[in-house]
Amino acid sequence: MSMYKVAVIGDKDSILGFKALGAVTYPVTSVEEAARTLNGIVRERYAVVCITEAVAEKIGPQLEELNKKKLPAVVLIPNNQGTLGLGMLQIKKNAERAIGADILFGKEGR
Amino acid sequence: MEIRVNPTRMELNRLKGRLKMAQRGHKLLKDKRDELMRKFLELIRENKTLRGKVESELSRAFANFLLARAVMSTEVLEEAVMYPLAKLELEVTELNMMSVRVPKFRASLQDEQSGSVYSYGFAATSGELDTSIATLAAVLPSLLRLAELEKAVFLLAEEIDKTRRRVNALEHVMIPQMQKTVKYISMKLDENERGALTRLMKIKDIVRGESA
Repeated sequence: MSMYKVAVIGDKDSILGFKALGAVTYPVTSVEEAARTLNGIVRERYAVVCITEAVAEKIGPQLEELNKKKLPAVVLIPNNQGTLGLGMLQIKKNAERAIGADILFGKEGR
Repeated sequence: MEIRVNPTRMELNRLKGRLKMAQRGHKLLKDKRDELMRKFLELIRENKTLRGKVESELSRAFANFLLARAVMSTEVLEEAVMYPLAKLELEVTELNMMSVRVPKFRASLQDEQSGSVYSYGFAATSGELDTSIATLAAVLPSLLRLAELEKAVFLLAEEIDKTRRRVNALEHVMIPQMQKTVKYISMKLDENERGALTRLMKIKDIVRGESA
């Protein structure tokens, strides 16, 4: 079985810890840099790409493209300033698409 | 809005066969959709709770990391994490979920002998860094599972969407259209038959009138 790597994209302060775990970290500061990094990642053998929500927010369309493929799997993670709720929003969107109604978050009274 | 067809017996037979097949396909697809939906609900519930858990734990790790940054210089910190003990690599297998292929990850984390995740000596670094990295390491399996789940949920959502479209197309367009056409053809055939019958009777009358 071939091995795949794990990539982490985000601002430097948030993702440095992942480096200690052996994940490949890509610190990015600008939108262009993030887009370029992501392009590079797609070409290599990565199974999981963690992206901080702050970065993911800016390159949304590109991520959606990536979501349609089987690999890599994209996970949104909060950065060190806390979560933006994008990850939860994605779950909600998926639920709405499949079921036609929001079943998970509806009860909380939005 | 029937399809333009020749009202012949052959066409009628062909259409009836197609209609039967469409109805069977419709039933099968409907079952598929229901089962997909059941799986999907299971997964998305797990997805939601897991994401909540991972997010809060990551936040905790980040908070510790922030403290570590505060008490250590940037150089020392970067040096500490520069060379990880092991590369984080994943074994990817495929799981077939109602013919939706979802990836499954298995990590080969950490140095097998020492079981440690710390890539540095304890002399130059602060305790906060240790806590932070320990939390991160603890959260990693959940994070991978989350990646797996979110991918599966996304792919399932897509499949459900597709299946539902097919079911609806069959139910509301294809099948009614074919039923209408079948009806149209059989009416036409009946009409032709009646036409032939009256014609025969008429001719019979004429023939009888001449011979009498």
